Amino acid sequence: MAEAHPVGFQWVMEAKRRGAKIIHVDPRFTRTSAVADLHVPIRAGSDIAFLGALVNYVLSNDLDFREYVTEYTNAASIIGEEFRDTEDLDGLFSGFDPEKGVYDGESWQYEGAPQSPAAGQRDPAQATGPQLGDRGSDEHGHGAARAEAAGSGGPSVSNTAERDRTLQHPRCVFQILKRHFARYTPEMVQQACGISPEQFLEVAEALTSNSGRERTSAICYAVGWTHHSVGSQIIRTASILQLLLGNIGRPGGGIMALRGHASIQGSTDIPTLFNILPGYLPMPHASEHLDLDSYVAGDAGSQGFWGNMRAYAVSLLKSYWGDAATAENDFCFDYLPRLTGDHSTYHTVKGQIEGRCKGYFLVGENPAVGSSNGKMQRLGLASLDWLVVRDLQMIESATFWKDGPEIETGELVTEDIGTEIFFMPAATHIEKAGSFTQTQRMLQWRDKAVDPPGDARSDLDFYYDLGNRIRKRLAGSSDEMDRPLLDMTWDYPLTEDGEPDGHAVLREINGTGPDGRALSGYTELKDDGSTACGCWIYCGVYADEVNQARRRKPHWEQDYVASEWGWVWPANRRILYNRASAAPDGTPWSERKKYVWWDADQQKWVGSDVPDFIVDRPPDFEPEDGARGPDAISGVDPFIMQTDGKGWLFAPAGVADGPMPAHYEPPESPVHNPLYGQQNNPARQHVEQAANPINPSYSEVFPYVFTSYRLTEHHTAGGMSRTLPYLSELQPGFFCEVSPRLARERGLEHMGWATIVTGRSAIEARVLVTDRMRSLRLGDRFVEQVGLPYHWGGNGLTTGDSPNDLVNLTLDPNVYIQDKVGTCDIRPGRRPRGERLTSYVEDYRRRADDAASADAVDAADAPTSGRADR
Amino acid sequence: MSLRESLARSLHGRLDDVQGDAGYESGEHPPRMGFFTDTSVCIGCKACEVACKEWNAVPDDGYVLTGMSYDNTQALGASTWRHVAFVEKPLHPTTTDLGLPGMGPPGWDTHESGLPQAAPGGDDQATASGGASDDAGVRWLMSSDVCKHCTHAACLDVCPTGSLFRTEFGTVVVQPDICNGCGYCVPACPYGVIDLRKEDGRAFKCTLCYDRLKDGETPACAKACPTESIQFGEVSELRQRADLRLAELHEKGVDVARLYGRDPEDGVGGDGAFFLLLDEPEVYGLPPDPVVTTRDIGSIWKHVGAAAGVLVAMGVASFVGGRR
Ligand code: SF4
Ligand code: SF4
Repeated sequence: MAEAHPVGFQWVMEAKRRGAKIIHVDPRFTRTSAVADLHVPIRAGSDIAFLGALVNYVLSNDLDFREYVTEYTNAASIIGEEFRDTEDLDGLFSGFDPEKGVYDGESWQYEGAPQSPAAGQRDPAQATGPQLGDRGSDEHGHGAARAEAAGSGGPSVSNTAERDRTLQHPRCVFQILKRHFARYTPEMVQQACGISPEQFLEVAEALTSNSGRERTSAICYAVGWTHHSVGSQIIRTASILQLLLGNIGRPGGGIMALRGHASIQGSTDIPTLFNILPGYLPMPHASEHLDLDSYVAGDAGSQGFWGNMRAYAVSLLKSYWGDAATAENDFCFDYLPRLTGDHSTYHTVKGQIEGRCKGYFLVGENPAVGSSNGKMQRLGLASLDWLVVRDLQMIESATFWKDGPEIETGELVTEDIGTEIFFMPAATHIEKAGSFTQTQRMLQWRDKAVDPPGDARSDLDFYYDLGNRIRKRLAGSSDEMDRPLLDMTWDYPLTEDGEPDGHAVLREINGTGPDGRALSGYTELKDDGSTACGCWIYCGVYADEVNQARRRKPHWEQDYVASEWGWVWPANRRILYNRASAAPDGTPWSERKKYVWWDADQQKWVGSDVPDFIVDRPPDFEPEDGARGPDAISGVDPFIMQTDGKGWLFAPAGVADGPMPAHYEPPESPVHNPLYGQQNNPARQHVEQAANPINPSYSEVFPYVFTSYRLTEHHTAGGMSRTLPYLSELQPGFFCEVSPRLARERGLEHMGWATIVTGRSAIEARVLVTDRMRSLRLGDRFVEQVGLPYHWGGNGLTTGDSPNDLVNLTLDPNVYIQDKVGTCDIRPGRRPRGERLTSYVEDYRRRADDAASADAVDAADAPTSGRADR
Repeated sequence: MSLRESLARSLHGRLDDVQGDAGYESGEHPPRMGFFTDTSVCIGCKACEVACKEWNAVPDDGYVLTGMSYDNTQALGASTWRHVAFVEKPLHPTTTDLGLPGMGPPGWDTHESGLPQAAPGGDDQATASGGASDDAGVRWLMSSDVCKHCTHAACLDVCPTGSLFRTEFGTVVVQPDICNGCGYCVPACPYGVIDLRKEDGRAFKCTLCYDRLKDGETPACAKACPTESIQFGEVSELRQRADLRLAELHEKGVDVARLYGRDPEDGVGGDGAFFLLLDEPEVYGLPPDPVVTTRDIGSIWKHVGAAAGVLVAMGVASFVGGRR
């Protein structure tokens, strides 16, 4: 966190100053480790083994926060009889289809749940669309991004499930969880992660002794946790742990996702993702969501605030199409684009290479350096008809056609590349006004400080102008296809500088009522077309016609919750699900952790924050049978966006690769899965493409683990830092980090060159031999990890090879993120040049494959099952 | 102020009104301002280095990957006025070697191969984890160094042009429009801070953001520091704060914590910019016991016509080691 988020880390240091204990779990010893109380080196990709053991430690020592767990989580819910755990199936859950490589989650549901589409109509991508050619796409599509689509809530489930509040029923979630995690012992942690039992226990004791009524602990993670083929499940394990310890919805608790860079949270709220609309409304699917009714049907009847989805959707449509959207025409629902399958980024890249995607916008993104499997990225760009690059600098993704690595090897020839590239200089964040939304869901407005140089323009200006130009071209068209563009509300006032006014855009996102005034909260949204709102969760950011995100009241002028700094969605609520900060009877769990509580005199929830509950609903409220929407929330259900009001220890729906996390090895691993016969995440998606071969696991040819990461001095793919002298001089060259033991094993010299090779490519780096890289002992063997900061590419003041060229594309089936961990070889000296590089890598591949097939012949008892050998 | 004039001033020992000593009316000048840099909370983000360069328009210092941990600007110099040192130290110093070439502290020389060597008798366990808790482990110390703005500043004492002067805030500033590039100040500094910029010929160093101070602003580096490792304020108050922080750390069992440059009785009369360190000063590349190089200038002056030559001979800047 200090390494990648130094500014946010100031608060960790503040906490430390006040006595907090900081534990840092990371494969490498970073700037965070340097100031942490404890650094725990871990083998990259073994996180679930580690977290699962913490879960087991809590459960087997009765250290869970029992009252919280019983009342606020689904621990008491009973799961149907058909469910089979990984314990029963050697690493698989019930419902796995080995042919298709997908799960059918039917057997994971609560007992007595209606066998309706549990993951609901809110599942956006019941893909039956174009075949993207690999088994990953369409077959997996039915699970496509379900978690994302469910947004700030979970997918729909029945809230009538049976519960056993003694937690003794053998099929209640609590008991299932206990059995599931029983094999995650400290000894197993040593086997899987290379962490000693002593160190593991130190963490376990610190965490459990600092959780409960009086104390809370927080888990912070950066994107390193998500970049795995089991990324979503890693976060799930952390959630389970925090729920068991009562660390959710309470001050000082939680799980903080430190996003990749500024406003990544904002770009999921108002999404740049293919499968959701603003406010986590699902993108409708072509064959299933033929009209508004079928679109909202999955949620209309459900409990919780998703029950109001129609109001959110209609208000969004009114915001897009204004007067043109009427009840008669379904509020222009037909104007929305439709999903036909998996259109996530890596599948789109594959589509480029295979000629299905012809035009592309790159906005502040440099995939030639910053996205996994750089070769595939560049081959994709080189296959396009046209490419628009909007960036601050002439990045590698705009120049790959003349100086990319494939030009050097001859795999691409400049004269043969047909891509027409339009480079559009962009304004930086200080050269335009706008808001950032950070990980606490807080919107903070910035004013423009200086004018952008030359032709550089803000995104707002650029797209507004582009929209105007397209609409002008289409004016008078009678083609139905053009109606969505022509009917769109597209009329922003201009500032003195002649740019569209960002405040007006934020106000439109906030939404307006029938009187044209800004709305003050999403509970005001109507499904009759009388309200318009660009993103329901942001409703209230412009309450009272004031840009609430621009508030800057310093913390010393208000209490510690600082409600008047910026604005937090939803409803300026700083801690989500804060009903959980009080006991079931509505009193604070403790004086020390008092936050939101029921005031019997006033008959309402009060406290330091905006209560995340129906404000006058008493703790003893029991919903009537058959109640729907918010009316169905009982007085003790803090998780009001979940359809059953409970925090999910077990996900009866919505997760593509299992209702509980299980440790699987990364797609490329030097070791066998110590926990199950199943080696890899069975539901992972491998992007089938010639440029994306996978190294065989436990290969002598690729004996080491590599993992990529960031340095404080540089920004992601380097476009914003390798071009600046003051940052470049601080880290002026690409290097790899290795342990002294690995250096000896391979004859690597400190500051000498090394070549790192995988089945995808080989790159070269200077060598930093450092004790900060640890040789991890897993049982009787060592695992060595090669650390690769990923900021370099061919352009800028400091240049170097790109580690992302080494990374394979195997995706998490929930969110389609790649696995950053892989296997490699490392050798002293520089890499071969030109065509010799291609043959060098080919030779490695051949040797690895030969050895692997020899092994396969030898070992008919391969400990993998199903698709694991794929 | 010339060298001869400077003789009128006190040259060593405790000095409570450094501005008054420099000729500012007592009671008229603002309090002495300085830094307390608490390295125990430094996260090595280098925001201070960058902010300093941005504000003061200091040019880049070259692009050299040094292999000295994450330190690529290497030392304070004419074009690096804040410098963040990164020191990798094994937890058990006898079992491993750092292999960080080129940096000062004794015993840190790299082995001939350039490769860190296994400890004598050490084996793989020395750097492996997952086994018993006997593994080596490592400390990574970070410290943002800066001009010390000494109470007795030898650079200022030897500057023949009066380019270096004591400001009303008690800080030591070099004026580039007066500096003639003679370089006397360079060896005079006991810390090796001030240096000549090759391309330019003149001497440069931290001004403690004199321009910002005049406007009542915090210096750029302190303003940018996310963790308040760099604390700016009145020196007298900072000294108290440092004492408290030291006591707090000692209470927590961090016995290695110590203050550096805080003592008004030390060889330079105390620093205007002083530090809390987590190891011996040498480990960070700081001289353990700096003495103002002009301490004996009064008597020397009597004997020697050209003081400058002597002062050069007295230079101790070599401690920090050559800068590329
Ligand atoms: S006080 Fe100003 S000149 Fe001195 S190091 Fe800090 S930023 Fe640079
Ligand atoms: S002193 Fe502050 S700004 Fe400088 S490196 Fe340390 S934490 Fe960063």
